[in-house]
Amino acid sequence: MNLHEYQGKSILKSFGVAIQEGRVVDKVEDAQAAAKELSAETGTEWYVVKAQIHAGGRGKGTVEETGSHGVVLAKGIDKVDDTVKGILGGHLTTAQTNGVGKLVNKVLIAEDVYYPGASEPSEFYMSVLLDRGAGRNIIMYSTEGGMDIETVAEETPHLIFKEEIDPRVGLQGFQTRKIAFNLGLSGQAMKQMTKFVSALYAAYEGCDAAMFEINPVLKTSDDKIIAVDAKVTLDGSGLFRHAEYAAMRDKTEEDATEVEADEAGLNFVKLDGNVGCMVNGAGLAMATMDIIKLSGGNPANFLDVGGTADAERVEKAFNIILKDENVKAILINIFGGIVRCDRVAQGVVDAYKNFGSFPVPLIVRLQGTNAEEAKQLIDDSGLDVISVVQLQDAADKVKEVLA
Amino acid sequence: MSVLVNKDSKVIVQGFTGSEGTFHAGQMIEYGTNVVGGVTPGKGGQTHLDRPVFNTVADAVTEKGADTSIIFVPPAFAADAIMEAANAGIKVIVCITEGIPVKDMVNAKEYIAQYDCTLIGPNCPGVITAGEAKVGIMPGFVFKEGKIGIVSKSGTLTYEAADQVAKAGLGITTAIGIGGDPIIGTTTKEAVELLMNDPETEGIVMIGEIGGNLEADAARWVKDNSKKPVVGFIAGETAPKGRTMGHAGAIVGGHDDTAEAKKQIMRDCGIHVVDSPAEIGKKMAEVLGVTA
Repeated sequence: MNLHEYQGKSILKSFGVAIQEGRVVDKVEDAQAAAKELSAETGTEWYVVKAQIHAGGRGKGTVEETGSHGVVLAKGIDKVDDTVKGILGGHLTTAQTNGVGKLVNKVLIAEDVYYPGASEPSEFYMSVLLDRGAGRNIIMYSTEGGMDIETVAEETPHLIFKEEIDPRVGLQGFQTRKIAFNLGLSGQAMKQMTKFVSALYAAYEGCDAAMFEINPVLKTSDDKIIAVDAKVTLDGSGLFRHAEYAAMRDKTEEDATEVEADEAGLNFVKLDGNVGCMVNGAGLAMATMDIIKLSGGNPANFLDVGGTADAERVEKAFNIILKDENVKAILINIFGGIVRCDRVAQGVVDAYKNFGSFPVPLIVRLQGTNAEEAKQLIDDSGLDVISVVQLQDAADKVKEVLA
Repeated sequence: MSVLVNKDSKVIVQGFTGSEGTFHAGQMIEYGTNVVGGVTPGKGGQTHLDRPVFNTVADAVTEKGADTSIIFVPPAFAADAIMEAANAGIKVIVCITEGIPVKDMVNAKEYIAQYDCTLIGPNCPGVITAGEAKVGIMPGFVFKEGKIGIVSKSGTLTYEAADQVAKAGLGITTAIGIGGDPIIGTTTKEAVELLMNDPETEGIVMIGEIGGNLEADAARWVKDNSKKPVVGFIAGETAPKGRTMGHAGAIVGGHDDTAEAKKQIMRDCGIHVVDSPAEIGKKMAEVLGVTA
C-alpha cells in the first residue's frame, strides 16, 4: 500500500527518524495558520509547499491550471497563500503520472531546510527494501542524493552501496557507521547519520514496510541528518497488525473500478486493451492476457476471481469488466480445481439473463472439475455464448471475433 | 522414484480442523495420500476424519512418525507453523497459506535454514506425485502418471500444463508448485535440480512469471547441468510495470525481471521456451519426439 509523503513522514517520526517538519492542509484558508504554527515550532521563515499525490517527480511536474510546479519554495509568510493556490485543487502532471494530471487534494507546507550555516548542506539517497534473492532486507544508499536512482545505477553504479541485514541479530552499529563513513561524513554529522539509519530501519521493521525510499536524506548546514522526502510503501499482508496505517489508504489515488473490485474480493488491475478477461488464479490470468495479445487483441484487464468463484462473483466481475467501453470481447478462462466449473457456468448464465442481452461476444473456456456439466449447462441455456474446451481453441476464437 | 513426496510419506495437516484443512485433508485422503493425523493446538486427543489430532507437531512426529506436513494455518500464524514443523523434525513442509507478511517469512526462512528440511511455498498449490501422494490443493485427476516433472509459481497454470502434458500422451511424475510470494522456501532452480536428478523424470516443464530472478538463476543452472529437455513459459508478457499482478511477488521492478528478459535468458541457456501457454504440452511432446 502506497502512502503520501506526509503520512510516511508521520510514521518515520513516530520511530524517532528526524524529518523535515510540516503541516498538511486541504484548504487555502488553513494555510496561514498552518504556516505560523510551523514557524513557532521550527523557527522557519521560508516554506516549501509540496503537492501530496502518489507519484514522484513532483518538483519538475506542472500543475495544468496554473503552470506552477508541484513543489515550490515560498520565501516568507506573505507568499504562502499564493503558492498554495497554485498547487492545491489543480491537476499535477509529472514524469510518473502517465500523461494524466493527478488532482491535488492536499498540500504539505514544510519548513525550508536548506538554510545557510557553518557547512554546506549535502544530499544523499537511501532506501530500505527486500533483496528477494537473499531473502533479507537491505539498505541501499548513495552519495548522489536528489537524483533519479535508476539513472545513478546506470551511469555511476560504483556510487551505490548496499548493506544487508542479518535477521537473526538485526542492524548492527558497525553497519550504521560504515554507511555514514561511505557517505563521506565525519564528526557530528557522522554520529547523526548512524542514529538516522538505526531509527529508519527500526521504522521499516516496526511498520511492516515493503519499501522505504528517502530521497533526499539531507545533511543540513548545521550537521543535522533529516528525511526531506519519504516514499513509504507498506506490505499489504502486514496491515492486519496495524489498523492505524490501514486507515491511511487514500482510495482517491486508486482507479475507481479497481477499488470497487477490491471491495467485492476480486483481484483486478485495469489495463487499456480491448479484450476483457476473467480467470481463476493469478498465473493463469497473466497467461490468458498473454494469449489475448498473441491472438491479435490487447488485454483490457487482469482479473483473478479467486478460489471460490461462484455465480455472484462472476456476475460482479462482468459488471466491472463491462464498465470499460473499450472492451470488444470477453474471454472467461477457468481451470477448475477447487472451483467447480458448473458453478461458474451457472454464474455466466445468471448474469447473462440479468443483463438481458450481452453487448460483446463472450468466449467461455471451462476446463477441469465438472467441465462437462458446465458445458452442458451453457449449451442447454440457449444463450449466445461461444463455448470452448482447450486453451488453443479459446485463442483461436478471440482471433475470430476480433477479425 | 519421485521427488519430495511419495506413497510412503507420512503426512500431517497443520490447521487440520479448520474449514480449509478439513476440506483438503479429505481430498488428499481420497487421492490415497498417507495422512497420519493433524495438528490443531488445544484439540489434541480428538479424532478428525478418522485420524488423531495432536496439540503440537512434535507430538505427531513422536506418535506417528510424521515426516511431511501441509499447512493451512491463517496468515498471521503461518510463519510460526512453518518454524514449529522444522523444529519438530519434519523433512518436507508444504505451506499453502497466502498473505503471510514478508517480515514473518524473512525470519522463518532464516530460522529453518538450521534444520534438514525443505519448505515448499508459501502461497502455493503444493506438491503431487502422480498416483502416489497429493500434498496440496490441486485437482488430482488432472495429474496423470507419466514422465514429466513440473515446476511452477502458479496453481491453475500448473493444472493447465499438466492437462496439456497428459493430452500430449506424456503424464506427470511430480509437480511442484513453488509459490508466488517474494520469499519462498524452495526456488525454481532447487526444484528443477530435484527433478533433473530423478531417474523417472524424462522432461521438465518450468513455468515462471514476472518479478524476481528465480527463473534466470534456474536457467543458468540448467545450461551447465542439463541432462534432459526443459520446456519453459513465463506469464506476464502483457503486465504493466510496477503493478502487482495477483501474486505478491509478480511485479516488474526493472529491466531484468520482465517476461521478455527472462525468456531471452532461458532461450540462451537452451530451454525450449514457448510464447503461448497453449503450447506447453505440444512443445514437450515435440522435443521428446513423442506423438500423441
